Formats: sequence, structure tokens, C-alpha cells
Amino acid sequence: MSSQDMTPAPAPGTPAPVAPPRPTGRLRRMLDSDIFYSWKRSPVTVIATFTALFLILMALMAPLIAPHDPFNPASLNLMDGFTPPASASAFSDNWFLMGADNQGRDVLSTIMYGSRVSLFVGFMATLFAVVMGMGLGLAAGYNGGMIDAVIMRVADIQLSFPAILIALLIFGVARGVIPANQQESMAIWVLILAIGLSNWAQFARTVRGATMVEREKDYVAAARIMGVHPVLILLRHILPNVLGPVLVIGTIGLALAIIEEATLSFLGVGVPPTQPSLGTLIRIGQQYLFSGEWWILFFPAMTLILLALSVNLLGDWLRDALNPKLR
Amino acid sequence: MSGPLLDVRNLSRRFDVSKPWLNRKIEGLERLYVKAVDDVSFTVNRGETFALVGESGSGKSTIARLIVGLLKPTAGEIFFDGQSLAKGLNGAEARRLRRRFQMIFQDPLASLNPRWRVTDIIAEPLRVFEGGMADRERRLRVGELLTLVGLSPEDGVKFPHQFSGGQRQRIAIARALAARPEFIVCDEPTSALDVSVQAQILNLMKDLQREFGLTYVFISHNLQVVRHMSDQIGVLYLGRLAEVNSAAGLFAAPRHPYTRMLLDAVPDIEMTGRGRRKVEGEIPSPLSPPPGCTFHPRCPLANDRCRREVPHLRAGVACHAVEEGRVPA
Repeated sequence: MSSQDMTPAPAPGTPAPVAPPRPTGRLRRMLDSDIFYSWKRSPVTVIATFTALFLILMALMAPLIAPHDPFNPASLNLMDGFTPPASASAFSDNWFLMGADNQGRDVLSTIMYGSRVSLFVGFMATLFAVVMGMGLGLAAGYNGGMIDAVIMRVADIQLSFPAILIALLIFGVARGVIPANQQESMAIWVLILAIGLSNWAQFARTVRGATMVEREKDYVAAARIMGVHPVLILLRHILPNVLGPVLVIGTIGLALAIIEEATLSFLGVGVPPTQPSLGTLIRIGQQYLFSGEWWILFFPAMTLILLALSVNLLGDWLRDALNPKLR
Repeated sequence: MSGPLLDVRNLSRRFDVSKPWLNRKIEGLERLYVKAVDDVSFTVNRGETFALVGESGSGKSTIARLIVGLLKPTAGEIFFDGQSLAKGLNGAEARRLRRRFQMIFQDPLASLNPRWRVTDIIAEPLRVFEGGMADRERRLRVGELLTLVGLSPEDGVKFPHQFSGGQRQRIAIARALAARPEFIVCDEPTSALDVSVQAQILNLMKDLQREFGLTYVFISHNLQVVRHMSDQIGVLYLGRLAEVNSAAGLFAAPRHPYTRMLLDAVPDIEMTGRGRRKVEGEIPSPLSPPPGCTFHPRCPLANDRCRREVPHLRAGVACHAVEEGRVPA
């Protein structure tokens, strides 16, 4: 990371010149690092970090902090429906900060629970895409030849279609394959699979390129001379050296996956109505937009925008911070 | 303990540099090969250093990579202590063989994994070849090795980028020595280093050779370095050996016109006033090597036979002019 602490070669026998003292302790060292400095210097990134953290924490702690339980029919009162934001219901003593939707559910609480679903699907789908893309990318880049050609042509073909189309296709096929009585419980996993499968190609491309650079380096040759198994060379030598770019596009990919999930749910093919995600909430809300109940759409949509934007900005910053040419 | 440790016989390696299949079919082209190494034979005695010198593109590094098994030869054989290496290094037998040789690379920064701590880098051969070694024992051995190459055991916690070029090459040497090999291929180990550091590294390598009875194949383009290091020298030209001789013999009485040309070009520190002649011409493209002796376009003694007939290595030199006694003393 820092070229300053390269010391000139000492003559044999003489003690090496003493390097300036570096802070000790994991946290202190982290606060001293170039990455943290670049983070501190970018107000946009700082705000994006806190926004993303706030939204993620809110989603994680939803059952603890949500003012209402929107999925417990016993606590719902249909008469609360369409209560405007920051007002009490005309029929019960419930008070709604962001208003209530058509079924009398608290919009704030549904957003909290909805972000949980959105984030879960987003994370899992990205993880799936990263693992699959990285595995195939490493295999293609290291072996070259036929394996490389096949994997990369499949990736090329897939990248020529919009990701949402691929996800819709996979979703449709899964619908046909999975028996009707399991569709509800499997829906989230099918969604994760569909979004993951529609996004692996860019990870595979990036990892393949980086792998092709790394495999020509002499440290790989040194390991090959020792007879280290190719799989171990890939995992222990090459993988750590290609993780940087994966981290960057993984972050941006997370934002894309969240949006993709919202799009699918908006189209009505995503999560089941019993587990509404932000996309589902937006779909419900848009039906009432023209009748004046704007809050049912507005707040979930703002949350989605904030979430995707802050994660995206984090990814942008990470890309610049890890790019030595931009330092 | 004498007799050859490494025996290279008629080693050849060509690289396919053809255009893609579709281009070849449409443009009506033939497959195209580069002969990087062509019919090279030499032996290396135990405990000695065999140096390979040549200009860039002469096939030095390809030979190094063929010996350690990173590349497969197109033709020819390599025998290590009587066992054929070209047959492919597989199975338990190969494990025992691999442990006995190592390689040191030109660029020490590229040959050390930037994400690994120095301790892990040096311990890698131990993990591979001595899996049963206890963690503590391994750390002690790494400390020993670091001391051996003139670094401190505390340096083990650092990463390669925290060292200077010379120190990195010391780390690479420590890794090469970790599993106690007998034979090390050194591919221009000092050419990426400052001149002031080169001598330190070379002396370290000589000391280690004496201490552990190591055998080196030492690849370099620097004749002074080679003179300092080696017992035997092979001069490569366009993938073929032009001359093989003992270090003393080669420098005292170079026979091949190419060797003479190289030696005449070496600046000498006393500046004896000897007229220095610069190396004429350039190494031709290995894609379309000249017919006959590949050196003939640059050779002052070339005649018709040289332009037609490939000279073979006889009594340590591959040159028609030497055979026919046309070389002035």
C-alpha cells in the first residue's frame, strides 16, 4: 500500500534503519490506513456509509423497533386504511408516522420489514453471483483453451441480454418445475437463484481477466515448480490477488441486485405477497398514486432509492480508493 | 560426488505462434512456429555452476523453464540424477524429485506473492514437502533461513512490498533453500537489481553454494557476472549453443566468432586502452532464422558453407570456421 516504508538495502551486518513508528493495534492501524484517509476525505462517501448502515440496521432490527407488526392480522385494523402520514387514525388510537396503506398497515413498519426482504435477497443473490462468477472466472482464466472459450462465450451471450430478462426466464422455468404447494416457500430462493444467475457473468469476466494476469507471474511459477496442486494455487495464490476488483463490482452489484429484486417484485413475479419487499410495496402503492394516497408509494420508493444510491456510491468510492492510478 | 547431476540432451522447444484457425484458412497461411530452443545439449556437474549466456531472445529463460518443468520440451530429454524429467513430473516419484530442485527468478517482486507474509512465502516449500512439520518447528526453520540470507527473523511478519529489491531477492533465495534442494535454476537473479546490490546477492549465492554443495544453472546476459559465478559457460545464440567451455577457458581463449564479439564488447574496469569493438548487428528474428549457421549474417568469417549448412557442436564449439581452421588466433 505505502511505498514510503520501503527502506534501502542495508549492508549485511549493519542493523536495518529504523522505520518511523507505526501505530499498533488493529483499530488504530485501520484508522491510519490510506483507505480510511480517502474515506474521511469524501463527505459523499461518509454520508452514503451512514445512510446504508442506518437502513441495514433498521432492517435487521425491524422486529424490535417497528411500531407495528404489519404481518400480524390480529393487530391490523382495516378501518385504519389510508390514514395520512403523521396523523392518528380516525377510528382507532393508532398513530402513523408515514401513514397507513390500504389494509391499515403502518407504512413505516412495512418498509422496515420490506427492507429486510430486499436486503436479504440482494445479499444472497450477489453472494451467489460472486461465488459462481469467481469460480468459473478462475477456472477459465487459469486453464485457458477450451474451458475458457466455452465459459466466456456463455457469459458473452448472457451479457447481451438485459439481466432482468434472464431473471424473468429463470423465474418462469422455476415456476414450471416446482410443485404448486411449495411455490410460496420456495419463492425467495427462486428469486435469489434467478437474480444470481443473471449477474454472474460480469464477475466471471473480471476474475478471468485478473486471473490471466496473475497466473503469468513468477510466484505462481514458483508454486508450480514445487508441484502445488492447481486448485490450491488458485485458492491460496491467485484468489487473494483478484479479490480487490471483485469487492468493487460486488458492492455495485449489490445495489443492482436490490433494484432487480424490486423490479421483479414490482412486476409481480418476485416475493410472495405475504412477505412484501420494497418492490412489492411500491407496486401496491402505485395503484393509489392517482387517488391522492401518495405516501403508500412515496416512502417505500424513497427508501429503495436511498438504499441503492448509498450502496452504489460506496462501490464507486471503493473502486477509486482501490485503484492505485487514481491515488 | 562427481558425475553430472543434470544432463540435457538434444533439447528443443518450439512455440506455436500461428494466427487463429479462421485467419489461416481464409488467408491461406501455414502454421507458424518459433524455435525458441533448438537441439541444445549440455551437462552440469554436481556442486558446479553452469552458466547460460546470450542476448535477449536467445532462449535462455525457455531452457530454465524447460528444466524445472514449467514447459514441456518439444523434443529431447532432461535427466536429473539419471532420471528423466521430460517424461512428466507426476506421482510420488515426482514429489521426491521436485523437492531436490528449485528456481530463483529475475524479478523478486513478481516471484513473491504480494498478499502473503514473508514467513508464509518461505514456509511454502516446507508445507508442500514436509507436511508433518509442526508449526513451531516450521517457524523456527523460517527464522533460520532468514538469518542465513542476511535478514532478521522479525522480518517474517512483513509483506514483500516492504522490502528493497535486494532484500526481496534474499527472501526468494530463502524460499528456494527451504526444502534443502541440491539444484537451483537461477534465471537472471540479479539483472533487476542495482549494481551495488548485485554483488551482495551473488556473493551470498556463492557462499550458500559452498555451504550446502548446491549445483546452479545460472542464466545471465552479463558476462562479468557469469565470469564471477560459473565453472562452465554455454553461449546461446538464437536457441542454439554456439560454444561451451570452462569459464577460464572461454574468457582466455574464446573460439566462436560470436563469443569473441561479445567479449570484445565488454567494457573493462582498468581501461587498458584495448580497443573496444561494439557488437555488430542484431539477433535475427527467430520467426525466420537465416539458413545455415544462424550467426552468418553477423559473422566476419562466414562463407558459402556457413550460409547453407547448420554447424553442430563439436569439441565445445559450433562453427565451420573453427573446424576448418579459418579463425585467426
